Amino acid sequence: MKQRKRYVGLQRKKAKAGILFIMPFILGFLLFMVKPLAQSFYMSFCNVELSAGNYNPIWAGIANYIHAFRVDPEYNRLLTEEIVRMMLYSVAIIVFSFFVSLILNQEFHGRALVRAIFFLPVILSSGVIIGLESNNQLMANLANTIEQTTQGISITAVLENILRTSGVGTRAFEKLFEIIDNIYDVAIASGIPIIIFLSGLQSIPSNMYEAADIEGCTKWESLWKITFPMISPLFLVCWIYTVVDFSMHSDNAVIEKIQKVMIEQMNYGLASAMSWVYFLLILAFIGITSAVISRGVYYYE
Amino acid sequence: MSKSRSNKELVTDVKKMSFRERNRLSGGYLLKSTLRKYLVSICRFLLLFGMCFMILQPILNKISVSFMTEADLYNPIVIAIPEHFTTENYRLAAELMSYGQALVNSLVISFTIALLQVTVCLLVGYGFARFEFPLKRLWFACVILVILIPPQTIASSLHLHFRFFDFLGIVKLVHGGTLNLRGSVIPYYLMSAGCMGLKNGLYIFMIRQFFRNIPVDLEEAAYVDGCGMLRTFTRVMLPQTKPIVTSCFLFAFVWQWTDGFYSKMFLGNIKLVSTGLARLVDSLSAYIQRMTGVLTTVSIAYSNCILATGTLMIIMPLIILYLFAQRAFVESISTSGIKM
Repeated sequence: MKQRKRYVGLQRKKAKAGILFIMPFILGFLLFMVKPLAQSFYMSFCNVELSAGNYNPIWAGIANYIHAFRVDPEYNRLLTEEIVRMMLYSVAIIVFSFFVSLILNQEFHGRALVRAIFFLPVILSSGVIIGLESNNQLMANLANTIEQTTQGISITAVLENILRTSGVGTRAFEKLFEIIDNIYDVAIASGIPIIIFLSGLQSIPSNMYEAADIEGCTKWESLWKITFPMISPLFLVCWIYTVVDFSMHSDNAVIEKIQKVMIEQMNYGLASAMSWVYFLLILAFIGITSAVISRGVYYYE
Repeated sequence: MSKSRSNKELVTDVKKMSFRERNRLSGGYLLKSTLRKYLVSICRFLLLFGMCFMILQPILNKISVSFMTEADLYNPIVIAIPEHFTTENYRLAAELMSYGQALVNSLVISFTIALLQVTVCLLVGYGFARFEFPLKRLWFACVILVILIPPQTIASSLHLHFRFFDFLGIVKLVHGGTLNLRGSVIPYYLMSAGCMGLKNGLYIFMIRQFFRNIPVDLEEAAYVDGCGMLRTFTRVMLPQTKPIVTSCFLFAFVWQWTDGFYSKMFLGNIKLVSTGLARLVDSLSAYIQRMTGVLTTVSIAYSNCILATGTLMIIMPLIILYLFAQRAFVESISTSGIKM
């Protein structure tokens, strides 16, 4: 028979203290999260009518969901586009930040400065600023003129042409080139993953590398046999952080669509339904991918 | 003794030799490894220089644009250095955003909110890291849920929640109706006190990880000496939390400073730098209409120029903060040892 946990004596006292410590969270969660969450879930099944001084939801079944998927001209397209984009970019961000943190972990002059610069986007591209950045017409015009005036000089364009004419997996390459063209977006999103990876790299005991070196292991081999397994738990953390961060960005097309439906069309029910579909999809995606990743994670302790 | 001395002599001998000599002795290995070392550093320099330039370029571009007159923007010869140097853009952007007042408001609100959030998250994180209590796993799952839920999902109902605010029917008893808390700062402070502000779940998670890495011995010693739970926390644990508290505080401050979502929702009628920036283009066209009396659309280039100036003015305090607290930002995350 399984023994039940009993809280007696000091344990009881500690349990009480623990609950008191997390009380703010419990209260906040119950007051400001559970009710709005339940309400928004309920509203997604309703037509919400706003009248002066009050609102009344009228039960409409799954009409909002049907509307979102079958009537709304944009929602399906935006949803699939955004989720595909999220997958691609999250992978790109993880690879990029792992690579950069490997470089930044080496000894060289001006390392502190470079680290500071790579971390700068965490501060400068948050909140409203990122939204303004994404529709900066002036920069877009500038990029267009540069592209027109320097035709054929762009290295990526030449490479793209060579690879395309050689006919290897064109679609995959197109996605890859899209990411390379938008490397700025990747770089500014990878500030926190870089820091997390760096802290992980610094916590690997150096005697492991020394031992491997003495045994005749090359740098490349020790990267895959030591570094990679040792910081694999951090891949999980970074992956979840990146996906969550990417899916909540204010320049996200689905979020923009939801806001538009809510504020301009005043259709609270439809907006709730759309955001719930999006949220559940993201949650499922995170759940599945982190289950897959955590299988490959190696814990040293 | 003599052996070590002879070794030393050997070393000085080798040091006296020319590079070519030493290379011959090592059988060509020295030349190869030195070349490789330099090659690696050159490649690394090029790569890092390129990436740093890429990150800094938008800021540099904004700086140069912000000093240009409108004529310079259309002049194809002017690229980085303005021909007619002007600070008029700054004056105009400051006037449009009512910069002085917005700056003070933003400072006060970001500071108090960050302080409140960090205090509460510190308590909660400590509770999760150190105590065993019933349903602990469930509550922690709730923390993860809070991290994962996009605030936009519950935005509409939060809207309504605070529009017709009532707490367990108490307000109705006293006041005789529901309270309209929209447009005041109270809801946001309440939410921050309940760990439901911007990215608060993340702070709780970071603080919990930090506390878990501190050995329990000190606290146990304090308990044995008859120190209470809260006293132990304030006297023994708090002094050790400086790195994580600074980092969480800085994050909370910066993210609150630039946040548009919660600010627009709860603090709509208070002038803040973030909401001011979001409205900058609209207020620019309104201003020009008022000045000229003609219905005109502002050219894209000029409005973007003003926008760049405004953005610079907003991030300037953050850059100054970052210059001073850069170590705290970067290192405290490393020390918190985020792991799962």
